[in-house]
Amino acid sequence: MMTIDAAGIHYKELNRLIREGIANGVKKFFIENVNGQYYIGDGIKGDDVVININGTPGNDLGAFMDGPTLTVNNNAQDNVGNTMNAGKIIINGDAGDVVGYGMRGGRIYIRGNAGYRVGIHMKGYNEQLPVIIIGGKVGSFFAEYMAGGVIVLLRLEDDDSDELDIDYFASGMHGGTIFIRKKIDFSKFSNEAELYEIDDKDAGFLKEYLTDFANSFNISIEEIYKKPFYKIVPSSARPYAHLYTSA
Amino acid sequence: MTKSSFSNIQSEYLAVIDHNKCVRCKRCIQNCGWGTYSFGGDKILADHSKCVACGRCYTYCPEGAISIIKNPTVIRENANWQEPLVKNIWRQSETGGIVISGMGTTFKYKKYFDHILLDACQVTNPSIDPLREPMELRTFLGKKPSKLDFDFDEKGEPVLKTKMPPQIELQTPFVFGAMSYGSISLNAQKAMALAARALGIVMNTGEGGLHDDLVPFGKNIIVQVASGRFGVHRDYLNSGVAVEIKIGQGAKPGIGGHLPGEKIGIDISRTRMIPVGTDAISPAPHHDIYSIEDLRQLIYAIKEATDYEKPVSVKVAAVHNIAAIVSGIVRAGADIVYIDGYSGGTGAAPIVIRDHVGIPIELALAQVDERLREEGIRNEASIIAAGSIRSSADAVKAIALGADAVAIGTAALIVMGCHVCGKCNTGNCSWGITTQRPELVRRLDPEVYGERLYNLISAWSHEIQEVLGAMGVNSIESLRGSRERLRGIELSDAELKALGIKHAGL
Repeated sequence: MMTIDAAGIHYKELNRLIREGIANGVKKFFIENVNGQYYIGDGIKGDDVVININGTPGNDLGAFMDGPTLTVNNNAQDNVGNTMNAGKIIINGDAGDVVGYGMRGGRIYIRGNAGYRVGIHMKGYNEQLPVIIIGGKVGSFFAEYMAGGVIVLLRLEDDDSDELDIDYFASGMHGGTIFIRKKIDFSKFSNEAELYEIDDKDAGFLKEYLTDFANSFNISIEEIYKKPFYKIVPSSARPYAHLYTSA
Repeated sequence: MTKSSFSNIQSEYLAVIDHNKCVRCKRCIQNCGWGTYSFGGDKILADHSKCVACGRCYTYCPEGAISIIKNPTVIRENANWQEPLVKNIWRQSETGGIVISGMGTTFKYKKYFDHILLDACQVTNPSIDPLREPMELRTFLGKKPSKLDFDFDEKGEPVLKTKMPPQIELQTPFVFGAMSYGSISLNAQKAMALAARALGIVMNTGEGGLHDDLVPFGKNIIVQVASGRFGVHRDYLNSGVAVEIKIGQGAKPGIGGHLPGEKIGIDISRTRMIPVGTDAISPAPHHDIYSIEDLRQLIYAIKEATDYEKPVSVKVAAVHNIAAIVSGIVRAGADIVYIDGYSGGTGAAPIVIRDHVGIPIELALAQVDERLREEGIRNEASIIAAGSIRSSADAVKAIALGADAVAIGTAALIVMGCHVCGKCNTGNCSWGITTQRPELVRRLDPEVYGERLYNLISAWSHEIQEVLGAMGVNSIESLRGSRERLRGIELSDAELKALGIKHAGL
């Protein structure tokens, strides 16, 4: 176990200490007084490494990360899990813009809201299945160019209207699945994806992940299941195949 | 609307077979990736509409029985309504599609390299004979310190105290431009890897991940990170000598890339880490980079992930405000800036972009070098110039205009047999270069073409040494950004000013 007081430390030094700790076999870190330091967990490896972050970490939390678990006991900022390959990020608050850009594996759980451009170009590969679950709301450009993986948008505090205040939702989506708890007319958002009822396989998948999500934040699973789930999947893995002609 | 199968577009070339010479060995049928030839029972038949003049068939015809000729049936000449324009109108009226093509622009814009002349020594200062005297071409790419601090050891000898930022060491100022596995074949990449290792230079993965077979070549590879983030993970970032963030490409500034699903077979799927058969779409922007500050963030995210041991390069297309853009990139922390001029190559680009967007590398380079010097930050990053470097002369001129090194892409493919037919996007390349069809890829022997690439770069390096000797300098360093050694010919005052050179005779 290693405790680092991040007060007044530049990110370069803080992250060097973490990398050094991992190289020396430390498995559990407590980082106190974090105040906007960038790149915490950037490019680190090790499935059994756990980092607890007290305070507000800065941008690119867990970028290129490959295995460890990061728990943030507060809000996070932009670019959480950028191009992440494996591991888990738990945020007990809100996250900023661009969550999980190009993410290929691992999980990101956000208790509160996330900003714009969440899950852009997320992708799955073989057994790698990236999953983002958001307890609150998200901004526009959500899941643009999504190529794989799963995003669950819970909107736990949502009203009961049939509208969704997101522009450019899943435009260019060509892989993966989005689950929402609202039956909306998806044709308003994107020509490239469609909304369906979930099947048994989806339900099984959701149960496993949502239980884990609920346990991470002490939310009752009943609350999550108060509304039925729908899924959004792409109409084609090749949305632009007919756009071109060869000279 | 009902679809009409009738097309106005006639064959561009005719594959003419001399049946008296032809021995019906059928090698042409086998060699043509386009399906032009078939056997008609007693003789070879040619479907001219399929011929792209890639040159494979006549190169491999043992009897010299094939001629590829321009179709003499003319579209009536008109300097305004030129043939390609008319054909594209037909093509688009038939398909409704965006016209795409491979390779760099076919437009006849002014080539500034061809209007720049080099200096040489006569009488008042001696030239150097590179055959007898050492001539240094070694080039280091990366950030250089603004000043050097020294300590002195007990003997009073100076010891360098300044920690040098990471550098890429090139034995000669060439790199192979970024071409991904997917846009080109693995064998084509292997040929470049073998040549790069033998030459002491580097190749670039492009945005296609790093195939397992290329991992041992890490010391000669720059790995690329682009907007699709294909195959990008921490070990990938650490597997080469540097990491390049691709923002733009000379052939298609401002737009993304798109490897169609039919090219994503098992091996490419594994290398790009995406499912088989799905389109590999690289969005136009990186969605985590909307500003210079965001670029800085990604540069340092990569530096953190590589423990500050790798230089980070940023590749941009040469566009109108390139000098200000590069200044921003350097201030964002890039160690290398790769500038790709408008005539650079591509695996596929809409021709409306390829032929009409961007500016020439010569002008971009001169402006960037000037701007960085004025701002006192030229040492902060090295510059790689690209965008159809066709000869050692182009390379020398680019370096004198301000580049540290030049990148070659199309020239490297020409080594492998490319005849610049511009059909890379179709995946039928008869030379096994821009294709993933196994029977075509197999014919490109990496050892053979690795050696030919080695020969070309060695020859160009010797030529550069000759030119340097003629100019009376013994190191490529001494020529870098030395625009006084260049003169313009047939150029206007505005052009000379943009290039920062005098007219010949002055």
